[in-house]
Amino acid sequence: MSHAASHPSNLSQVEEIRMQVMWNRLISVVEEQAMTLLRTAFSTSVREAGDLSAGVYDPQGRMLAQAVTGTPGHVNTMAEAVRNFIAEIPREDMFPGDTYVTNDPWLGTGHLHDITMVTPSFKGNELVGFFACTAHVVDVGGRGFGADGKSVYEEGIQLPIMKFAERGQVNPTLLKLLRANIREPNQVIGDFYSLAACNDVGHRRLIDMLDEIGLPDLEALGDFILTRTHAAMMERIAALPKGSWSNEMLTDGYDDPILLAAKVTIEDTRVLVDFDGCAPVSRWGINCPLIYTKAYACYAIKCVVAPDIPNNSASLAAIDIASPVNIVNAQRPSPVSLRHVIGHMVPDVVLGALAQALPGQIQAEGAGALWNIHISARPAAGQEGRRAEVLMFNSGGGGARPSVDGLSATAFPSGVHTMPIEATEHTGPIVIWRKELRPGSGGDGQYRGGLGQVIEIAPMEGHEFEFSAMFDRVNTPPRGRDGGQDGAAGSVMLDDGTRLRPKGWQFVPAGRRLILKAPGGGGFGDPAARDAEAQAGDQRGGYLDEDA
Amino acid sequence: MTSTQITSTQMTSTQMTGQSIRLGADIGGTFTDVALDCRGQLFSTKVLTTYSAPEQAILDGIAVVIEQAGIAASEIELVIHGTTLATNALIERRGARTALVTTQGFRDVIEMRTESRFEQYDLNLKLPLPLIPREDRFVVAGRIGAQGQELQALDEAALEELADTLKAEGFGAVAIGFIHSYLNPAHEQRARDILAAKLDVPISISSEVSPQMREFERFNTVCANAYVRPQMETYLYRLQQRLKDMGAGCPLFMIHSGGGLISVETAAAFPVRLVESGPAGGAIFAADIAQRFGIQRVVSYDMGGTTAKICLIEDFQPQTARTFEVARSYRFCKGSGMPISIPVIEMIEIGAGGGSLAWVDAMGRIQTGPESAGSEPGPACYGRDGKRPAITDADLALGKLDPDNFAGGKIKLSKTAAEGAIAREVGDKLGLNAEAAAFGIVEVVDENMANAARVHAVENGKNISDNLMVAFGGAAPLHAARLCEKLGIEACLIPQGAGVGSAIGFLKAPFGYEALSSQITALSRFDAASINTLLDELKHTAESFVLQGASGAIEREVVAYMRYAGQGWEIPVPLPDRAFTADDAAMIKDSFRQRYAQFFGRPVEGPEIEFVTWSVKAQDQRPAPEAVTLDWRGQGGQVGALGNLRAVFDAAKGAPQDSQIVERNQLSAGQRLSGPAVIVEDETSTIVTTPFDAIMQADGSILLLRKGA
Repeated sequence: MSHAASHPSNLSQVEEIRMQVMWNRLISVVEEQAMTLLRTAFSTSVREAGDLSAGVYDPQGRMLAQAVTGTPGHVNTMAEAVRNFIAEIPREDMFPGDTYVTNDPWLGTGHLHDITMVTPSFKGNELVGFFACTAHVVDVGGRGFGADGKSVYEEGIQLPIMKFAERGQVNPTLLKLLRANIREPNQVIGDFYSLAACNDVGHRRLIDMLDEIGLPDLEALGDFILTRTHAAMMERIAALPKGSWSNEMLTDGYDDPILLAAKVTIEDTRVLVDFDGCAPVSRWGINCPLIYTKAYACYAIKCVVAPDIPNNSASLAAIDIASPVNIVNAQRPSPVSLRHVIGHMVPDVVLGALAQALPGQIQAEGAGALWNIHISARPAAGQEGRRAEVLMFNSGGGGARPSVDGLSATAFPSGVHTMPIEATEHTGPIVIWRKELRPGSGGDGQYRGGLGQVIEIAPMEGHEFEFSAMFDRVNTPPRGRDGGQDGAAGSVMLDDGTRLRPKGWQFVPAGRRLILKAPGGGGFGDPAARDAEAQAGDQRGGYLDEDA
Repeated sequence: MTSTQITSTQMTSTQMTGQSIRLGADIGGTFTDVALDCRGQLFSTKVLTTYSAPEQAILDGIAVVIEQAGIAASEIELVIHGTTLATNALIERRGARTALVTTQGFRDVIEMRTESRFEQYDLNLKLPLPLIPREDRFVVAGRIGAQGQELQALDEAALEELADTLKAEGFGAVAIGFIHSYLNPAHEQRARDILAAKLDVPISISSEVSPQMREFERFNTVCANAYVRPQMETYLYRLQQRLKDMGAGCPLFMIHSGGGLISVETAAAFPVRLVESGPAGGAIFAADIAQRFGIQRVVSYDMGGTTAKICLIEDFQPQTARTFEVARSYRFCKGSGMPISIPVIEMIEIGAGGGSLAWVDAMGRIQTGPESAGSEPGPACYGRDGKRPAITDADLALGKLDPDNFAGGKIKLSKTAAEGAIAREVGDKLGLNAEAAAFGIVEVVDENMANAARVHAVENGKNISDNLMVAFGGAAPLHAARLCEKLGIEACLIPQGAGVGSAIGFLKAPFGYEALSSQITALSRFDAASINTLLDELKHTAESFVLQGASGAIEREVVAYMRYAGQGWEIPVPLPDRAFTADDAAMIKDSFRQRYAQFFGRPVEGPEIEFVTWSVKAQDQRPAPEAVTLDWRGQGGQVGALGNLRAVFDAAKGAPQDSQIVERNQLSAGQRLSGPAVIVEDETSTIVTTPFDAIMQADGSILLLRKGA
């Protein structure tokens, strides 16, 4: 394969190499930006779990590079979000030292818990670009992180696109409003500061870099990056089979099952995903703004078509998304707090369509949505103790791949980590008695689905808690592919056998334990074809027996 | 069995100041380096590492240097040893069959890792297998809570039974890791006692190996320790015996990952602390040079055959950290290895060495490493059937190396083979001629190293361009000047003895110990009396160790690791070494806020400030190395045209430049040589790029100085 043809011809060979090198540098600038966020953040969702993203944009708002650290639901939404900031804040109101903020689900990253900050980067008086970052904070007031809001107004405080800081001065009115409206003000306001700090670090590095190489702005480098990426994407899409393929998948929903449907069309120069046929908007907060649906649809396509091509505006531009108004294209003021529950299912729907275009090459379905749990703990009636908001991210099993077993208890499509339970137990009065693999939950196959996990959580003595359930695949287990069997469905119960609902706020009294069993991934291929050594390994490790 | 000697050198050097006879030995992946400081004279040798009996190479090396020095083995007063053996055992999974005994409900912590994928877009990603497979992980009831309180009693009866099982199955080592044991080790200690009563194998407990929060990292660390312990124990005691047998019955100390010294007994019990001890020696080597020249801020740059290591040294001390990752399984990708939580000299290591291979990715971008040509087949230019281009090939194609004088002329390099490989694998694919492709390869590897250095500096709240670079290791002098150009660094020192830098570094290692205690307390509840008591205990612990190997004055350093309540990561705040009073709370608060702003721009308003860990470091006070004044002016005369010119590609100019070729040993102190030029010696060549001059120093070091600086 020769790339010579796609080179912009006006660059000398030496110039060409300098541009390549600066592209790498730009990626390292945003990685530094993300590391700063991890090191300074307060919420465990950011500092332990990496639920964040960071990126750099040109003055038109085109994303040029993103940090490797981060999660697709943030990165690909933020790619669009910066344009919304540019539309809202006129150029003449942008000053060096400014930082802008929003948590608007439709302009940002899909729900109020994600705070997006954008910082203009000035070289002298010249606007050379923007830095943006997003992180999931532990509280935004309202009903808390859960599906029970009837509209976005109940889901927390809404911050329209506005200034967090102007010319270096933090907006004191905004801080006062936040303090009055959120449950863990120190943690959340601390996170606002770290988001701003991380953009500042990115900005300082960018200016150093431009000074060093003697470039006035990002224009030449940006054009180089986007032209190159576009050419590579076109080459990849050209190599794909052309046509349209459809897939449907049932998920649990809140009270009724929700059908998700996608038609993937591969044309000569683009991939189109159409979500016509998905269930209508839900009364519950599991709806997705289209910006978030698009983020995960693009992610799935890119994993298959161009995993090695850096993510930026040009790689995302080759993928188009369409949907009528429905659960994956919910309009304001629909409730969207748990948009990830549906959004994380989008890749399995899209991959199922691609499996028809590329038979034998696409993994089975997996747990999909993270098994997140938000706990509001408090002293039991008449007891002394502590109140706290505790957030945990947990993952079920991944779908088996065409040549290798599925990943056990590993996030996909999300890019977040779990929090160490030792860190989680410091944040509130709870005890996590168990967090380990769930044997027998992986779908059998030539390649076995990844195992889910079992988690047992109890209030600390003298305490009780409410928790927000946001669990899926309890009624609709991940399906196997090409003869592989389905993964095990999830379950939610108390240790006395009481069955609980997979969604909504529920109560765990003092003295009881909540038991969560996250689903396993689907298998791939005929179980009879499973390698003998792999079978022996399954037996030795006790990966197959539920109670081993 | 004897090992093969590669080179040996002797020099009288101001580097060595002592009146004693001390020996440093560094076992690396390819070479074992031995350096002897004989009353201020340095003798060194390099022999091939002997994997089946690693101590053999040391003994052979010792024989060489004592003969050169004309002394008997019995005259050696101290041996200091560092080794990659523990690292390699982890990477190659050649340890003992180890059982992990852990808290009920947490059997799979080391398998579930962080529940994330370190590479987002690779659908066929494989995660590294846990060091201890599931069938060898056993759980036992008993639970400590997040405040260190006992939530559930330890099931001692189950442990008795487990001991029988472990014995019957013939495990060679046991690791114990319980939840929250870093706060309260009672259950781990009790479990060890019960198992030890019936088992005859080494047992490691996580609260001793790595008393830090975050179960995945701590459990992994104790598993790694247990896993390499039987073989390291055997090796260390065998080495001790064989040294005695050859007459060198002097004390033997090990260098640890944090750059300090530990006894053989401690190393045998905590061998995980030997991981990366060789590179730690390199950092100490650079720190010593920094001190000799009185340079406050130094970045050390050590580039060998497979990797490059970069470390920040401030006020003559290498930066330290409390966690790192070993055995990265996916192209050196962060997160793809095994986390180890122990005190380490913090350095960034990337797959960029002379042997790193270059290739073109799907985007038509040149990439380098981490795959290495190693010593077999080696770079294409070695003419030993290497077909793919390595960094050394690109350096040769650009004229930076003389094909007829590599390794003192021992290896003839083929420029044709180098250019052929570069054209085949890179040039043809990109429509670049061989020279442009070679330039691309070298630029990419230099940029990778520059990026790593920059990110590393930022993580430490530093600006890389404020530093002077100290470059050593075979490949570093070829790339150092260009790296300085990229990083905005004005000056770089290339010391003598760079080839065995780590072994020399061992001889400089302070006899030191860091005692730590973690307890989270709010600054608002600062209690001077109890802090003073705690610090006194830590001082006692640290100093008792130091007294084993040193008799002179001891210097101490007190550091509080602090953060805002709610954060997960602390920053080190150096504090005065004296008894505190209640009034000191304000001073500590100011120090913290200043440090925080230095790292992250602005202090946060609102949250409470807290202490997480107190640290006291003690070490013997060395006589400061003989100060050498850095000659910045080079007024000993300009080196005139010697008529020996070669075209060397200059990156800043983007074209080949006629460069003077000068032998290092022909330069005298104070002489100045203007770039473009190449200073050649047996082991390597120093490239003086167009923007730089070279000034020969009195101690034989070369200073690269930016023109006009």
